[in-house]
Amino acid sequence: MSETTPRPDAQEQDILAELQAEVAQDLADERPPAGGPAYQLVSSVVVLVLGLAAAWLAHGYGLGSLKRPGPGLWPFVVSVLIVVLGVVLLVRGRTLDDAEKFTRASLLVLVGAASFVALGVLLPLVGFEIPAVLLGIVWLRFLGGESWRSTIVISVLTTAAFYLLFLYALSIPLPHLIAI
Amino acid sequence: MDFSAFLDGFSVVTQPGNLLYCLIGVVVGMLIGVLPGLGPAATMAILLPIVYNAHDPVAAIIMLAGIYYGAQYGGTITSVLLRIPGEASSVVTVFDGFALAKQGKAGTALGIAAIGSFVGATISIIGLTLLGPIVAGYALDFGPPEYAALALLGVLLVATIGNGNTVKALAAAAVGLLLATVGSDTFTSADRFTFGSLNLEGGIDFVVVAMGLFGVGEILYNLEERHGKPHVPAAIANIWPSRKDLKEAGPAIGRGSVIGFVLGVLPGGGAVMASLAAYAAEKKVAKKPERFGRGAIEGVAAPESANNAAATSSFIPLLTIGIPANASMAMLYAALLVVGVTPGPQLIDERPDLFWGVINSMYIGNLILLLLSIPLVGVFVRILRVRPAILAPITALITILGVYTINNSIFDVFVMIVFGIIGYLMKKTGFEPGPMVLAFVLGSLIEKSFRQSMLIFDGDATGFVTRPISGTILAFVFLVIVFPLIRKGLRRNTPATETTTPETVQREDSLR
Repeated sequence: MSETTPRPDAQEQDILAELQAEVAQDLADERPPAGGPAYQLVSSVVVLVLGLAAAWLAHGYGLGSLKRPGPGLWPFVVSVLIVVLGVVLLVRGRTLDDAEKFTRASLLVLVGAASFVALGVLLPLVGFEIPAVLLGIVWLRFLGGESWRSTIVISVLTTAAFYLLFLYALSIPLPHLIAI
Repeated sequence: MDFSAFLDGFSVVTQPGNLLYCLIGVVVGMLIGVLPGLGPAATMAILLPIVYNAHDPVAAIIMLAGIYYGAQYGGTITSVLLRIPGEASSVVTVFDGFALAKQGKAGTALGIAAIGSFVGATISIIGLTLLGPIVAGYALDFGPPEYAALALLGVLLVATIGNGNTVKALAAAAVGLLLATVGSDTFTSADRFTFGSLNLEGGIDFVVVAMGLFGVGEILYNLEERHGKPHVPAAIANIWPSRKDLKEAGPAIGRGSVIGFVLGVLPGGGAVMASLAAYAAEKKVAKKPERFGRGAIEGVAAPESANNAAATSSFIPLLTIGIPANASMAMLYAALLVVGVTPGPQLIDERPDLFWGVINSMYIGNLILLLLSIPLVGVFVRILRVRPAILAPITALITILGVYTINNSIFDVFVMIVFGIIGYLMKKTGFEPGPMVLAFVLGSLIEKSFRQSMLIFDGDATGFVTRPISGTILAFVFLVIVFPLIRKGLRRNTPATETTTPETVQREDSLR
């Protein structure tokens, strides 16, 4: 640490704060609209309920004593901490603006997540090739707005590349239909 | 320092296989640095399955490390050419970098940034080489109480210094600690939170959780936030900086490297904070601070040197004490555990090949990166034209197929998807997944050390405070908790102008 290291004096803080404000402004312009108090309320209730449920379960596992900690002691301590933080969020967090609103674009995420699940279900049944091509088509054409031509080309090529990479280059036994 | 072990490290790196993985790592790092969207922590998470499958675990670790420091180089390119920070740690580079690009000096900015990055990183690796063994030597005396305190401090610092709302970050971290307790208890072998599922008995695999929260979470989040159409970057010429530019930027590079090195070592610190601090320091020492934001070359040189120095020095706490300083290091920690190596002070003696192999690979990796970012910069500029929509399904497939290969388990795939959805929802509601993953990875270490300590202390918790080292660390923990409260109390007395301190800048810090 020489004199070049920033010291937390007043002026230094100001420049840094100023900079952060500028950058935050830039980034904020690209962010979706903020979610309202309802978002904060729901998220803090989720935290609270999670903490309460975990504390109740942990209590059931046996706390033991500090001298001989039982299996439930540590999870219980952590759960109580979660409950406390949940309460703080519930009381103080309502005015926060760090949540993002769910918009129509959030439906894309729903479709994306559904395609993940579909691939997980189909993988052991029909091998990975067909589901992988389908996932590519959904993501490129419907979520990404690519043309049909590039959609087909990229999905098929990607799947073929993964086939060669996993089954041959790395010789990992993925469930597959086509045997070469 | 054991000099021959250090030299043997080079023979580890120069094995063709390891060199290849090092090359792949830095190129992937550079690519994800250039492309907005996935950060290094997410990429490292997605690629964790490689650690299970690589011919040599050391090679896989070298690759993952390369992704992290490579990303710091790549982020500069988008900052300068498009005014979009490719990485959070290149955010401040945008101001002067883009101003220089508008003046037709994009090449100079990129050239100086590349040289600064290389110098910063190299100074930091030398620091790591010299300091690493010394720190590890001290840490050998640590017992369970010290580890409990240290890991707790690490989690706390990442949660508080990181970004966004501190209470939310702490809540995320606490949930991470709770998730780590799922499965059979190692002391009493009682089942906890398994709900009768055999799959959960062995606990939730942290690789699967990290891939879900970071990887899938970020992929889903990006689906919603399209980063616009492909951009047409400005043309670049004269990538080699002139002697005058070098002379102007030289001192800034030096200062930036030192600031970066120091801030990188601190838990919770890292590349983003270092680049901000370095930029602020330059503006302060400059004779004409008004030049900044209008194309001052120091404004590019300092933060770029600092973020690379910080990225490198954040390996110190991981490799010598076994405590990851940020989320990316948590991924490396996870990778080491997968390989069967517990990161800690014994690492340097037990696995010198790994310790020195990884450190020395950085010397070579940075040389490769210098080549990639000066003579070959044109290739990466062209990659900016690739549409994000094309990459999304490819990363999605890598993630799903990758997680399946870990245990050939469909159950893992679904656990990952569940955590991906949780990660997405957390991001939407202002909870950072970073502290949660870090706490989850460290969770079993904290619990184990806590319970061992209680046995050592015979149930007397004051033992934590009376042992000199753990006492000191806990004093730090106390300061970390109390300091923001005091500051808040002081702030309330002043007018409300300061209450809206924007924290979005560091929003992604914990992911780096």
